[in-house]
Amino acid sequence: MTAELQEAIAVGSDETALIQGTSPVARTQWQLFRRRFFRHRLAMLGLFLLIILVVCCFGAKWIAPYKNVSDLLADPAPPSRKHLFGVDLVGRDYLTTCLYAGQISLKIGLFVSVISTVVGTITGAIAGYFGKVSEQILMRFTDLFLLLPALAVLAIALKKFGNSDSTIILVLAGLGWMGIARIVRGQVLALKEKEFVEAARAIGCSHTRIILRHIIPNLVGPIMVNASLSVAAAIIAESTLSYLGFGVQAPKTSWGKLLADGKETIATKAYLLYFPGLLIILVTLAVNFLGDGLRDATDPQAKH
Amino acid sequence: MATNEVVLSVRNLSVEFSTDDGVLKAVDNLSYDLTAGETLGIVGESGSGKSVSSMAILGLLPKTAKISGDVLFRGQSILGRPESELRSFRGNKIAMVFQDALASLNPVMTIGKQITEAIQVHDDKITAVQARERVVELLDIVGIPEPDRRVDQYPHEFSGGMRQRAMIAMSIANEPDVLIADEPTTALDVTIQAQVMEVFERIQERTSSSLLLITHDLGVIAGVADRVMVMYAGRQVELGSVDDVFYRTGHPYAQGLLASLPRVDGNTPGNRLHRIKGQPPSLVFLPPGCAFNPRCPYAKPGTCDIARPEMHSVGFAHASACHFADELMTKEVAL
Repeated sequence: MTAELQEAIAVGSDETALIQGTSPVARTQWQLFRRRFFRHRLAMLGLFLLIILVVCCFGAKWIAPYKNVSDLLADPAPPSRKHLFGVDLVGRDYLTTCLYAGQISLKIGLFVSVISTVVGTITGAIAGYFGKVSEQILMRFTDLFLLLPALAVLAIALKKFGNSDSTIILVLAGLGWMGIARIVRGQVLALKEKEFVEAARAIGCSHTRIILRHIIPNLVGPIMVNASLSVAAAIIAESTLSYLGFGVQAPKTSWGKLLADGKETIATKAYLLYFPGLLIILVTLAVNFLGDGLRDATDPQAKH
Repeated sequence: MATNEVVLSVRNLSVEFSTDDGVLKAVDNLSYDLTAGETLGIVGESGSGKSVSSMAILGLLPKTAKISGDVLFRGQSILGRPESELRSFRGNKIAMVFQDALASLNPVMTIGKQITEAIQVHDDKITAVQARERVVELLDIVGIPEPDRRVDQYPHEFSGGMRQRAMIAMSIANEPDVLIADEPTTALDVTIQAQVMEVFERIQERTSSSLLLITHDLGVIAGVADRVMVMYAGRQVELGSVDDVFYRTGHPYAQGLLASLPRVDGNTPGNRLHRIKGQPPSLVFLPPGCAFNPRCPYAKPGTCDIARPEMHSVGFAHASACHFADELMTKEVAL
């Protein structure tokens, strides 16, 4: 009887120990971020796709199955075991061409996204936080840029400044920051009335500090999502420009340029359109998944 | 406890907002002194100007507010100073504890980082390690268990009482001379209220800072304040020691507030809570004379509705803004 009782007590104390053992484990911000991010299946898929594409494109020198030179003796051919993506009109292995083209498309997409996000965030944050005259000036300026017929401006700017990669990046970024500026401004307008901003002022924070440390970190979600969308938008915009003949010029090539070149033979050699188009879609999807995961992972109030 | 050195002096402070209906006088000719180490309670109902007056002290009101009068911190005028100079006061010499701790903490910053910021803003030489040690110490002072673990948590991982403690830790980070607590316990349940008020008392013992305690809870005032100021419709109506205001009340409004408290013995007429009849007046259209006269049980037509009573002495360090304060205090008048 007593032995049973003692056993019961022992079991009971074991249980308490167990319960105590389940007390929440402290995790740092970075651990939490990683945990949430790596558990996000779509984000992992996006990251995986993006890494593969970046590695393959920028490592094309070593990975590409053929040399990126035309072979005028070779006939154009549809995809085969020897040429997975087929052979293009000037006798190049199309897979090799697509990989080299990806270098420029990816570069443009990533840089345009970063630049336009930074410019847009700064503009929107200043306009939303300080209001009054600065808001009027900045937001009317934003409206002005939105009013510009993007394609026409892009075409003229590229004709005028030449179409090196960096010019294309700057011009696309220059016409791509308005959306994020408007989003950030709207969010800042709401956030700056929050009590924690007032509390930050009450401990003596300067306006710059409040914007950088209190307001923008609260906007990581929308900014991330927008940045990831703008990678895709930039690649597509570059494709459009190249398609129209204003973007990347031969002998350099991009996915958009490949699409443009492929349009001539759409009836007979459609595979020349499929592959660059498919790659653009893949990058767009990958980046969007990634943005989704980043947004979820940076939200400290998310569960686990 | 309280020395006689005046730390914060408010002189004829008025705050006006212009509205579509006319000028709204949120605070009207407010004057009081806060001495070192003392706790001054400010009581009054919603809209009586308690919070607005304290925000005005720190220059936290929007630019649409028209502020007049003067606020002196250790003899120096701080009202209307440029923002950059005010910043060195805020959180350093004068700190504020807000009512809603959850809304007042940044949801995407850890508690530790937010308190660290309060320190770093005023001390750019402190290293990250020193700051962290100080933050853990502060969390310990305000009674947060396992401070070295809690320091890395986010506000939503804290309970209501702990959030308010964290807010207090943030406000005392730089050992300010004046602590303004704007209804620090209103959002908390009674047991936590008592714990939070204890934290304030402990801090005052350690740092001998003055506390400006804004509340509508007379129980809290009775427990911790040295002096009380009662406000009504943006004006101060009574100012004195807790004993004076509670037991030798010199203003009918203060009397009404005290009478409306529930009593442990339930010994109120008809066993119902007393209430002050009527509604607080609109701050745009204040009644002429005494702002309280339409609701006052002793109001005398011809005096109260014509002449505005000023604060006058009704005893040692005890002032009231009632024409009939002396009569009120000498004879027991049944409400």
